[in-house]
Amino acid sequence: MDIHEYQAKELLSNFGVTVPQGGLAYSPEQAVYRAQEIGGTAWVVKAQIHSGGRGKVGGVKVCQNAEEVRTTAANLLGRRLVTHQTGPRGKLVHRLYIEAATEIEREIYLGLVLDRRMERLVVIASPDGGMDIEEISAKRPEHIVRKAIEPAVGMQAFEARELAFKLGVDKTLISQAVSTLLGCYRAFRDLDAIMVEINPLVVTRDGRLLALDAKMSFDDNALFRRPNISELRDKSQEDEREMRATDRGLNYIGLEGNIGCIINGAGLAMATMDMVKHAGGEPANFLDIGGGASPERVSKAFRLVLDDPKVEAILVNIFAGINRCDWVAEGIVQAVSEIDIKIPVVVRLSGTNVEKGKKIIKQSRVSCIMADDLEDAANKVIVAWRKHTGLAGK
Amino acid sequence: MAILIDKDTRVLIQGFTGQIGSFHAAEMIQYGTNVVCGVTPGKGDTRHLDRPVFNTVKEAVEQTGAEASIAFVPAPFAADSIMEAADAHIRYCVAITDGIPAQDMIRVKRYMRRYRRDDKMILTGPNCAGTISPGKSMLGIMPGHIYTPGRVGIVSRSGTLGYEAAAQMQALGIGISTSVGIGGDPINGSSFRDIIELFEQDPETDAIVMIGEIGGPQEAEAAQYSKAHVQKPVVGYIAGLTAPKGRRMGHAGAIISAFGESAAEKVEILRECGVHVAPDPAHIGHVVAEVMRK
Repeated sequence: MDIHEYQAKELLSNFGVTVPQGGLAYSPEQAVYRAQEIGGTAWVVKAQIHSGGRGKVGGVKVCQNAEEVRTTAANLLGRRLVTHQTGPRGKLVHRLYIEAATEIEREIYLGLVLDRRMERLVVIASPDGGMDIEEISAKRPEHIVRKAIEPAVGMQAFEARELAFKLGVDKTLISQAVSTLLGCYRAFRDLDAIMVEINPLVVTRDGRLLALDAKMSFDDNALFRRPNISELRDKSQEDEREMRATDRGLNYIGLEGNIGCIINGAGLAMATMDMVKHAGGEPANFLDIGGGASPERVSKAFRLVLDDPKVEAILVNIFAGINRCDWVAEGIVQAVSEIDIKIPVVVRLSGTNVEKGKKIIKQSRVSCIMADDLEDAANKVIVAWRKHTGLAGK
Repeated sequence: MAILIDKDTRVLIQGFTGQIGSFHAAEMIQYGTNVVCGVTPGKGDTRHLDRPVFNTVKEAVEQTGAEASIAFVPAPFAADSIMEAADAHIRYCVAITDGIPAQDMIRVKRYMRRYRRDDKMILTGPNCAGTISPGKSMLGIMPGHIYTPGRVGIVSRSGTLGYEAAAQMQALGIGISTSVGIGGDPINGSSFRDIIELFEQDPETDAIVMIGEIGGPQEAEAAQYSKAHVQKPVVGYIAGLTAPKGRRMGHAGAIISAFGESAAEKVEILRECGVHVAPDPAHIGHVVAEVMRK
């Protein structure tokens, strides 16, 4: 789960990370009020969306007076920002964060991630902040410092100190840098984060160390024990259909193609999508209905896939284990007869009681095209789709 | 024997008396798995499915000589159960549980480092379908009848995609020595490499099938290990050609986040390392058949 910058800053400041003074605004008036509250002569108005790269698309703006704050806020609120991370639909700006502008001496990159190879939390840092980490690692890989943290004892002060010196932090700021590093580490550990990124961490002209931007992501599997984090979820930043799927216990990701896919198991789902592509089609979605392919789930899955107007044919691929094929078949029959489906549906069943399952679908006389195996299913759905859309023979 | 489990392996079930544990325990017993007892804290001194229930794994091991365990413990308590098994000198543990927090798994892996290599429990999973040595023993939730006994080893991240491969092989008359699910989580007990190493040493396995997917370094590492250390032929398939970068495809581990983690990049690495890569998921069985004929 991702959270907004202002939320991450609040969490991190509770762990001793210093952040600029700021306030949240939902309207231009509120933005101006926040700026006045903060005081000073310049402010930064920052669109709060779950994405990096906001600065490059006008989502972060320095303002010199109240009127500029007002117009910038009015311009940003309600707009969809499209960055390199959001996809073509972009993300809606509902909230703004107003901060005191900072005079920057230098920028540092600081990130904490779970390293799958080492099976540990790893600190990744670079004296070249401001760029994203992909850019740093492409341009100056030798400037990247890494430190894996021993999970049994956690990060020690000397480790933070070593990192700070490697990053070229001035000796007057070392103890602040150590607090920042230890704070980020403790927040990561204590809140079940999977990513903390401060980019940039800046040294100001007046000699302070400040987290100018902050991103945090959390382990969905640990949210059950982090109610304070779960509360920070902002549904407006999530894809509507994916969110509805999540709420129904299905695992869905919308894609650009037109072959709707309903499959049990994430690996088999990915493989089936690959097979669709191999056969000359493009999948419209990833959908894993889970191990227990109950009739209710199958029915929900059909509705979800059909919500996508791009979908012009559906491929159902279920490998039934404990949930026998006859049971799954009943679910398919129920779903197809309940919902008035006007596009071709190809069904491939495999596993326990497969013959019984096929018989149930045949006898029900719902219009499903049955397939024998994975290859047959992919070919049949492409043929049916071409026929349906008048692309036959092309 | 096959790897990890055989018909004599004495099996203990953690979370024995729960609904899911009971259901799968009965399935395993019916398959012929030598289930000797179960553990549910607080239900000690009772019997379930005609077998004794113990409060702690240590007690269960002392009383019954259980060597392997399978955990059906809910996610919040699963890491704790795995460590309990390791500390009670269980030799092999399968964790079926889905949804264990990543930091809990980091803790489990760190905890297990306290044991010497020859005294260390082998863990597979979590978030997996389990392990089966067809015709001998099943420690998992898979449909046992799709596996024919034979001489090919399977190691897979995904449950149902592993079933798909086994069914394709069955249709072609190819049998399986052991099939191991290593699970879809980013941090897991055993890697592809760990299991391939066991298959290479197993006299009852002639060829190895590795079914991977996008995300993480384990497929590439296993391919490089195979190139240097494995004599037996390795067949591979990587799912997720159509997966977009930065999106999590169902499995917590199936997310492309670094170079070498996309399906195309992994396929390239596998090929360079001499792995026989199936061109699509419908031909895993065929590629195995071809390799076996050589």
